[in-house]
Amino acid sequence: MTSHTTVHTRTLAELSAGLAAGDYTSVELTKACLSRIEQHDGEINSFITVTADNALAAAKVADDRRAAGSAGPLTGIPLAHKDIFCTQGVKTSCGSKMLDNFVAPYDATVVSRLQEAGMVTLGKTNLDEFAMGSTNESSFFGAVRNPWNTACVPGGSSGGSAAALAAGFAPAATGTDTGGSIRQPASFCGVTGIKPTYGRVSRWGMIAYASSLDQGGVFAKTAEDCGMLLQAISGFDEKDSTSADEAVPDFNGGLNSDLKGKKIGVPTEFFGEGLDAEVKALIETALKQYEAMGCELVEVSLPHMHLSVPAYYVVAPAEASSNLSRFDGVRYGHRCDNPEDLADLYLRSRAEGFGDEVKRRIMIGAYALSAGYYDAYYLKAQRIRRLIRDDFTKAFESVDAIAGPVAPTTAFKLGAMKGDPVQMYLSDVYTLALNLAGLPGMSVPAGFADGMPVGLQLIGKHFDEAGLLNLAHQYQQKTDWHSKMPAAFA
Amino acid sequence: MLRQGLKLMNQQVAVSGLKIPGVMKMSLTTEKVEQIAYLARLALDAKAVPEYAENLSSILALVEQMDTVNTDNVEPLAHPLELTQRLRADVVTEQDHRDDYQQSAPATEAGLYLVPQVID
Repeated sequence: MTSHTTVHTRTLAELSAGLAAGDYTSVELTKACLSRIEQHDGEINSFITVTADNALAAAKVADDRRAAGSAGPLTGIPLAHKDIFCTQGVKTSCGSKMLDNFVAPYDATVVSRLQEAGMVTLGKTNLDEFAMGSTNESSFFGAVRNPWNTACVPGGSSGGSAAALAAGFAPAATGTDTGGSIRQPASFCGVTGIKPTYGRVSRWGMIAYASSLDQGGVFAKTAEDCGMLLQAISGFDEKDSTSADEAVPDFNGGLNSDLKGKKIGVPTEFFGEGLDAEVKALIETALKQYEAMGCELVEVSLPHMHLSVPAYYVVAPAEASSNLSRFDGVRYGHRCDNPEDLADLYLRSRAEGFGDEVKRRIMIGAYALSAGYYDAYYLKAQRIRRLIRDDFTKAFESVDAIAGPVAPTTAFKLGAMKGDPVQMYLSDVYTLALNLAGLPGMSVPAGFADGMPVGLQLIGKHFDEAGLLNLAHQYQQKTDWHSKMPAAFA
Repeated sequence: MLRQGLKLMNQQVAVSGLKIPGVMKMSLTTEKVEQIAYLARLALDAKAVPEYAENLSSILALVEQMDTVNTDNVEPLAHPLELTQRLRADVVTEQDHRDDYQQSAPATEAGLYLVPQVID
């Protein structure tokens, strides 16, 4: 067996070392990924578009760059982009019929930075339509299946990216997280994912859902891999008006720091009613592991956390209704046939182009922002947003990080959430608060309940991604949950 | 569907129906759903309206749990880090990408976007 045929079992860091040592070329790596996608993605549906020719050309360029002595740590490594990031000359659909015909005229900053680092784009991954969903079933391009059990969802909205990683189609993938859309699919698919602090990663070219909550991030097998990717995509971007002008540290510089004396907050609200007993037991075991590594567990309280679901379902739809007003059938995207007049053009193009969940959120947002209701809904939600953020600020006065489950359960069965949006919304109860507060968070594989992966959520102070990566890396030195692969794709 | 929407556009009364004083929250009628859909420029299939009314009402019922906490003395938080909008120098920085951008447009002519005739 030649070394590049088992690349799907390697971490990004291992592949980086293998490329540097000349064990295989980027072209070989890329071919191996493309052939796995071709063989197995029929079962998973994780890709909307595979860009094989572009990928092989980019791999050749990466190999030339290495031969010329100018390769970096990510040069030649294949990755998949969530199809919410604009990619010049390549269809960028956002999982919607609205953008089924949209070829982006420019690259998102995340895409161009990873390209400059020499990474090879394999294609664009499936997602809930406009990133609105927690199951990936709202995609116009069909549901994605969980590689651990194809009767289950991969989570959402970045379900295609998480599933592609879990199935070994790519060693790295991008995602976005507005209410848990990186952490929850990472948990459901047994991979590592990080949602950075709001503003850490540029939103330029990332199709907007809820602009005060949206944040780009990454999936990989390990925390170390996530740190390498995050290093390349982080930092100020003048093209994003909310980009944080904050120094970018060496994210992996402190991976091996001793955890002795670190204080980890355990919020009582994360362990209440609704949390599956097996998931709870696994999270408690993970917390004991941290204790064994010298951390001190401290009980903390986030008394307004239960209000994050109602507050989120005002703030996010309100911003979405405004952001998605750009899809008017005039400048790009779907246009209805034979419009009678301008009103007809708008009404039918939008009705035909958007799916049900997107329509629901646009309407909730339009309602919440309408005259006479603005104070009762939008301002009220923003006031609650402050209470939620202040709870975290207070908790972080006494702890270095906070830990708990990512989701109350393992992956749902396909169809289980159909027709009941509120039930789906409630399943995001542990993830939404971070977005409202702008905090960084991770999902780290922490075991299996009934054969399905469970993620441990780690929450950090603003801009302390390095602290989170240190916590996650140390845990991954003592456990091997992150290296498990589903038997059908091993 | 379309006729209904156009009728609504001319009915300022219908739109102002959203401004009921005292804020009558909770359950949405099918008529209200049609109004909201029109405001959001979504031509809903009449058959689908009752289901939207049910779903949207249950979302609003969830949202209204916000009322369980008093926030009279709490300032709204618009930005998680409370940063203000960055300003830039008032200089031209964008280059002309019109041709590139219009590649994805459904209908253009001479660099202009085409829409159905607006003025007779």
